[in-house]
Amino acid sequence: MDEPSKAAADTRERRLYDLLVAAQVGDAAAYTQFLTELAANLRGFLRPRMARLPDEIEDVVQEVLLAIHTKRHTYKPDQPLTAWVYGIARYKMVDLLRRRRLDVKLDSIDDIDEFLLAAEQVPPGTRRDLDKLLNQLPDKQRLPIVHMKLDGLSVVETAKATGLSESAVKVGVHRGLKALTSLIRNRR
Amino acid sequence: MKTDDLIALVSQDLRPVDPRAIGRSYGLVVFIGAAAALLMTRAPIGLTPFVPDYFGEPMLWLKLGFGVAVAATCLWAATRLGRPGTRAGWPLAWAVVPFAVVWAVGLATLVGAPAALRADLIFGETWRSCTGTLALLSMPTLIGALLALRMMAPTRPMWAGAAAGGLAGGIAATVYSLHCPELAAPFLAVWYVLGVLIPVGVGAVIGRYLLRW
Repeated sequence: MDEPSKAAADTRERRLYDLLVAAQVGDAAAYTQFLTELAANLRGFLRPRMARLPDEIEDVVQEVLLAIHTKRHTYKPDQPLTAWVYGIARYKMVDLLRRRRLDVKLDSIDDIDEFLLAAEQVPPGTRRDLDKLLNQLPDKQRLPIVHMKLDGLSVVETAKATGLSESAVKVGVHRGLKALTSLIRNRR
Repeated sequence: MKTDDLIALVSQDLRPVDPRAIGRSYGLVVFIGAAAALLMTRAPIGLTPFVPDYFGEPMLWLKLGFGVAVAATCLWAATRLGRPGTRAGWPLAWAVVPFAVVWAVGLATLVGAPAALRADLIFGETWRSCTGTLALLSMPTLIGALLALRMMAPTRPMWAGAAAGGLAGGIAATVYSLHCPELAAPFLAVWYVLGVLIPVGVGAVIGRYLLRW
């Protein structure tokens, strides 16, 4: 890698590291920012590799983000962030692309620096995949997710709308996200 | 669902991560696994209780050291294999050392012994039960270690499972050596090693399927 892009990669790593470390102690705003930037990396990274399947990219991005979320406790602040993030992303990408039998050259996904520098901010339109899976969840998990996601309701408002207690809403979202992750795994 | 919506939703689900949770769960696995193996040596398997006279025997320390070293290196490897982006090359290389030492001592003993005694040095009196008992004693730890790994994110499930098996085998060898009357290095080099390799193999096979995420 040449000097300027090496420096750019270092800056990027530093920034994502600060965001994730803040998120690990409970800073939700930093976490949102972290995932948003990571989504841009994933998108930009996958775009040239899935050139013939542009419609599938965002599904893979979302599924990798969910995996990062459910496995975030495996990050240790003294390990390089890029290696960790990319370790999860790579494992999930290989797994998902294989399961879907998508025609993607998997040997070309070993470029960790390219991953760090790839960025594509604008997400394509709404994706269907997670919505389909969402419909398979029990109401207790599905309704809190639908209300908080679609209508942007807060926990308190969702609790009122669904008749569930506030803690049941939180638990429903938490379990629902976990259930979604395993549905993704077992779908194909 | 739009990706931004998903991110907002997931951020709602954020709660602080306890950085010591993983270390604690492995601590628990080691403790419960060793305790279960010790209990099994009592009633179900009915091994002879440990004889304190053995403390003077260098072979006891070789057996104990072998078990502890295998367990420690494999524990190290398992925790690293559970975290994406960390390599386990060093712990796995160190895990080979106790095997190499035991084989070297065993071979040296055989070479230095009169030919007529060699079979005795290898088979001892308990070779039929040693390997199976050891493998059996490793099962509680193996189950626990695989469950602990399931909570992590092993990107090489088979290797992670094998490391879990090594941890289990090492703990079992440590516990079993307190009860085992054999004091010949060649015996250790064959039957203990086999007893440890069984959970390693079982862990690798199960890990390949159970540890995917």
